[in-house]
Amino acid sequence: MPSYLLKRLLGMLPTLMIVVLVVFLFVHMMPGDPARLAAGPDANLETVELVRKQLGLDRPLPEQFLTYVLNLAQGNMGVSLRTKLPVTTEISTRFMPTMLLTLTSMAWSVVLGMLVGIMSAVFRNRWPDRAGMTAAVSGISFPNFALGMLLMQIFSVNLGWLPTVGADSWRHYILPSITLGTAVAAVMARFTRSSFIDVIHEDYVRTARAKGASEPSVVGHHALRNALIPVVTMMGLQFGFLLGGSIVVETVFNWPGLGRLLVDAVNMRDYPVIQGLVLLFSLEFILINLIVDVLYGLINPTIRYK
Amino acid sequence: MTAMDTPVSTSSPKRVRTPLNEFWRKFRKQRMAMAASVFIVLLILAAVLAPWIVPYDAEYSFDYDALNTPPSAAHWFGVDALGRDIYSRILMGARISLTAGLLSVLLGAVVGTVFGLLAGYYEGWWDRITMRLSDVLFAFPGMLLAIGIVAIMGSSIVNVVVAVAIFSIPTFARLVRATTLGLKHRTYVEAVSSIGASDFTIIWRHILPGTISPIVVYATMRIGTSILTAASLSFLGMGAQPPMPEWGAMLNEARADMVTAPHIALFPALAIFLTVLAFNLLGDGLRDALDPKVDQLR
Repeated sequence: MPSYLLKRLLGMLPTLMIVVLVVFLFVHMMPGDPARLAAGPDANLETVELVRKQLGLDRPLPEQFLTYVLNLAQGNMGVSLRTKLPVTTEISTRFMPTMLLTLTSMAWSVVLGMLVGIMSAVFRNRWPDRAGMTAAVSGISFPNFALGMLLMQIFSVNLGWLPTVGADSWRHYILPSITLGTAVAAVMARFTRSSFIDVIHEDYVRTARAKGASEPSVVGHHALRNALIPVVTMMGLQFGFLLGGSIVVETVFNWPGLGRLLVDAVNMRDYPVIQGLVLLFSLEFILINLIVDVLYGLINPTIRYK
Repeated sequence: MTAMDTPVSTSSPKRVRTPLNEFWRKFRKQRMAMAASVFIVLLILAAVLAPWIVPYDAEYSFDYDALNTPPSAAHWFGVDALGRDIYSRILMGARISLTAGLLSVLLGAVVGTVFGLLAGYYEGWWDRITMRLSDVLFAFPGMLLAIGIVAIMGSSIVNVVVAVAIFSIPTFARLVRATTLGLKHRTYVEAVSSIGASDFTIIWRHILPGTISPIVVYATMRIGTSILTAASLSFLGMGAQPPMPEWGAMLNEARADMVTAPHIALFPALAIFLTVLAFNLLGDGLRDALDPKVDQLR
């Protein structure tokens, strides 16, 4: 297992390097002069030149890249053009609300999605299957921003049960978390169902039945473990989806998190913040995939020894 | 398309079982997918004919006496906060959403397929570069990549289409590459290669047709996601700009009047939902009708 982990870690490095390079080049891909962007539209020529020197934008590109990487290593991601605060500060104050929202959404949606998926597979082509899959295909088709608006209208405005915006108490988490998790629950349900159906037709499941194992034991013991292998991979992919979805959901619920920070930064062309967030989101996504790979190896020993 | 001229079985002398009518026989049985296809055809017709059938101009016709009024005989879906007819805007919006969804998937599928075919057929360094590049694209969550691209190129619906196309490329490339790897060692490919067919002929005439059905299934499912992503970006103000009647942008505008006039949000939300649902149901139906693995289980 340790050697497998090491191999995965090393395999991640080239992707990581290219991601850092792409994020670094981001500023240079934006139309217009980055120094002009940083100085603001009203700055005169001298100020622009001064800013160019200050930010090191007059240096050759490889040297700039090296400085960027060294700064990154020290946790320095530049200064927000809008608030003049360090990007690291901007990000760290908003990190937890997004993280908690993502985790709560992930937790309920994965559990519910897998339960619905297993029920659908076990009662295949009967009413629990039809109901579950109708709900699931609707779940992946309903736009999450519309769902958020709908939930807010019903539960906060009409019924007055839950708060509308903000992230102060656990009650604030309910609606955004439902909004964000619905599509993931739906995808997990569909995926678990098809994975389970594949496994249920395998010879070893028939053998288990033949030797007289009870149905709960066949489903819970023999089928579940093998059906979980592709489901775990799917979970990792869904995490990336959640990171993207949080951008939309945070805008609807005025959530003080990273997603809304990104939307504001894009609208204000606050590129150091955009750069920092894109890098952070990608790192998170790469890390999640690594964890998924490790889990994968834990569930399925044949992968480890390849 | 796949070897349509090759009869698979001659059990019935009257009707030859080609893959196409075999597919149709299975597809016809799926009522949901059939209903979805009918809906999509009607929607495409409505979108094409929209400029001639809308009762009012979608952007510049203002009924100031009916601001925020709910559905009525004069305005089937009601009127929005600026006095524009929502029914007209939804119909014109169908043109934008369908074009964005179809075009971005088409672009992604074509580029991805070319990369995938070449990577799978030649392998070697080209394959390694292609796969490494798609790894990098995969390292960015899709929505984030789209926002990054829009941040670079500016907010517009055209840039959203490009962004969605770009993040569709790697999935198509991988899908086609995997299928190509499986096909190129088949006997029939070796046969055409041994009679001296060029690489181009082999790839274009003999391998590409074999990759069509996974591409079609995946592309159909992808259209729903693309329409959703385009609407999400417009909702965030990064896609279609007002007064364009894009459904996501319409929902964003409706937020201000949610309490007093929820119907302004209802119709664009329903339009997105039903359209995406139709493409997803069609995709499911195509998958069940085309995927041989599913066939064995039935």
